[in-house]
Amino acid sequence: MSAEAIQSRRDWLLSERPASRMQARLGRAYVAWRRFSANRLALVGLLIIIALLVIAALAGVLAPYSPTFGDLKNARLLAPSAEHWFGTDDLGRDIYSRILYGSRWTLYVVILVAIIAAPIGLLVGTVAGYAGGWTDAILMRVTDIFLAFPKLVLALAFVAALGPGIENAVLAIAITSWPPYARIARAETLTVRNSDYIKAVQLMGASPARIVLRHIMPLCISSLIVRVTLDMAGIILTAAGLGFLGLGAQPPLPEWGTMIASGRRFILDQWWVAGAPGFAILIVSLGFNLLGDGLRDALDPRSGDQ
Amino acid sequence: MSALLDVEDLRVTFPTRTGLIEAVRGVSFSLGRERLGIVGESGSGKSQTGRAIMGLTPPQARISARKLAFDGIDLLGISPRERRSLRGNRIAMILQDPKYSLDPVMSIGRQIVETLRTHEKVSKAEARERALAMLEAVQIRDPKRVFDLHPHEVSGGMGQRAMIAMMLIAGPEMMIADEPTSALDVTVQLDVLGILDRLVSERGMGLIFISHDLRLVSSFCDRVIVMYAGKVVEQLKASELGQAQHPYTRGLLNCMPRIGFERHPLPVLDRKPEWAA
Amino acid sequence: MTSAITVDGLEVIFDRFRALKGVSLEVRSGESFGLVGESGSGKSTLLRAIAGLASVASGSITVNGKTLGARRDKAFYREVQMVFQDPYGSLHPRQTVDRLLQEPLAIHGFADGEKRIERALDEVGLGNGFRFRYAHQLSGGQRQRVAIARALILEPSILLLDEPTSALDASVQAEVLNLLEEVRRRRKLTFLMVSHDLAIVTHMCERLMVMQGGEAVENLTAAQLVAHRVTEDYTRNLLRASEGFVRV
Repeated sequence: MSAEAIQSRRDWLLSERPASRMQARLGRAYVAWRRFSANRLALVGLLIIIALLVIAALAGVLAPYSPTFGDLKNARLLAPSAEHWFGTDDLGRDIYSRILYGSRWTLYVVILVAIIAAPIGLLVGTVAGYAGGWTDAILMRVTDIFLAFPKLVLALAFVAALGPGIENAVLAIAITSWPPYARIARAETLTVRNSDYIKAVQLMGASPARIVLRHIMPLCISSLIVRVTLDMAGIILTAAGLGFLGLGAQPPLPEWGTMIASGRRFILDQWWVAGAPGFAILIVSLGFNLLGDGLRDALDPRSGDQ
Repeated sequence: MSALLDVEDLRVTFPTRTGLIEAVRGVSFSLGRERLGIVGESGSGKSQTGRAIMGLTPPQARISARKLAFDGIDLLGISPRERRSLRGNRIAMILQDPKYSLDPVMSIGRQIVETLRTHEKVSKAEARERALAMLEAVQIRDPKRVFDLHPHEVSGGMGQRAMIAMMLIAGPEMMIADEPTSALDVTVQLDVLGILDRLVSERGMGLIFISHDLRLVSSFCDRVIVMYAGKVVEQLKASELGQAQHPYTRGLLNCMPRIGFERHPLPVLDRKPEWAA
Repeated sequence: MTSAITVDGLEVIFDRFRALKGVSLEVRSGESFGLVGESGSGKSTLLRAIAGLASVASGSITVNGKTLGARRDKAFYREVQMVFQDPYGSLHPRQTVDRLLQEPLAIHGFADGEKRIERALDEVGLGNGFRFRYAHQLSGGQRQRVAIARALILEPSILLLDEPTSALDASVQAEVLNLLEEVRRRRKLTFLMVSHDLAIVTHMCERLMVMQGGEAVENLTAAQLVAHRVTEDYTRNLLRASEGFVRV
């Protein structure tokens, strides 16, 4: 595309007089993207997350060895080399391949938790904030009860009750991570519920459900997205923690936390067995944190609306 | 009459993502010991003019002027420290909402005392006496009670009076009032203006009164500067406002509804691009 | 003439504070009625109580012959709409003008939305160029025009105006006041307008009520006010204050 064409497209996106719903929406997205991409570190974060997605999708192609079957006879606990980039573990499995496959489980956990916890938090928070009175008191006390327990301990209790396994770990993490979202959504709701623009919708005769769903929730979503992204690192670590304690993913599943757990016996002599998945967790957590920081600047509902 | 403040070709420029925006574009005027009104609509640069004189312009903005002198002191040439000591000691500013300018966690009396003691070496007892006298001077009926109140415990009018007391305690020679009464009820507004008026004439201060309300300014000030799009479009005596020449000034006067003048529809302002040129 | 709004002995209490102390009022159909007072006079509270935004402790409100209960039904909002004081706070920051105007139509199930939105924007002098803008892309006067378009789109017979121009520049205020007068004449609307500015109320309204501390001080016609034929000292004070500063 020529420079002129790019310029005219930019003008179209930044137009003060959008001619259609689509143009208005794209223009808004473009402004957010410009704010986001002005932050170099946020772009690094985005790159890491995109790389994670690509790796998860193409693990079958990229991985040189099977993640679950190793060469017990010849390839036990080999140090990193050209053949096995990250070395092998005690069952002779290629750690590089296991980490590539493990990214799928990491994504699985993170996405499922986000899909379960964020909507619960959003719903509880906005309803409590908008309804006020008894509804608010009851919903927020329940939230407080969940908040009062340390996350990992509560998750442990759930997994202990439901039985170990990655699905139950996801459920346990989701159940323990919605309360902060409810708090955020409620705080945002309280700041907007008495504003004139919500009053104006009330005066249109809109039902409370319509007001919460269509007018209040969209205002809470951006701060929630930021918070969820920043929490992703914590979710990964909790999942890894459960895996490490033997309550999350079960071997031979190549889940990173479980891999660290099984590598801890050799941590002094064969550091790569636990080190490689640990490093993977570190990178991905960092990626989510950087992305979250960038999103906070880009999606801040207060900037750009003034 | 010697000029207290001399402003020549004052410019305030804000850098933005799309380029430089000039909020004030070459404003010149001088102020003696008088009441000078600066009038304009939002975006006219009237507030930025006041802030530039006070040295309260946001740090990213650039200020330039051929001359910006207060009592012979070049305001752009002195250090920030000298500027600070000038502010408060010899130049004071009153803003629209006292809630934002008063410290919410300190009693009104203590704020006035602290202000006085940062500018003058006086004993605590004497400072308290003078603060009480000042509160009385701004027509607060029960100064002893108000002395111990916090800003949120007083009404808007009372808060604005306390603000004026705090600004005047150090005996400034010039005061800039940016919409000092816009947040107040009309009857309170006149009380506050009355206090300002008396103090200005008693102490021989120079006052710059910034407002959007042309009618109010013309009834209060001696001289009026009308600003539009960062420029001065007209300077005239308040008493001669009826003979204003510039179509903008005339339009601004005309478009306000007045009791006893039936005009339907109201005349509207037809903005000409050449006004901003 | 029939009565559009009748308020009888209205009391509104916020946390034991009596914001309205038994106020009565009658606005005739097709007339423009002003409520004047300083902050804390209860003028906005009265307006909000009629709109259903402030809960009523006692007294009654009748609109177009129907006495209102604590809950307003949808039909009420087709009759009564409101324009707020602050144009910066009354438009949703995440919605385009188009979406703002669509909402009332969707709630009340209008089918010809496209046409109505175009007509509403034309009526307030904005035109289609503004349709897909967000609130932050509009000036104060333009926002207030959008708010008026939103209030008119359900074709109400009564418009409640809460200081609709006090946040605007004088020149923009004149434009918005003219627009309001024009739509009132064209649609034969009833106005109930709150303002602290006597000049605006006498300009816009035929009759007015002066309020202070949650009570009615006096009822006047605009002509009486213009001729300074007022009986209460408080009103006289307000009148004097509205004429500007007088050096003593």
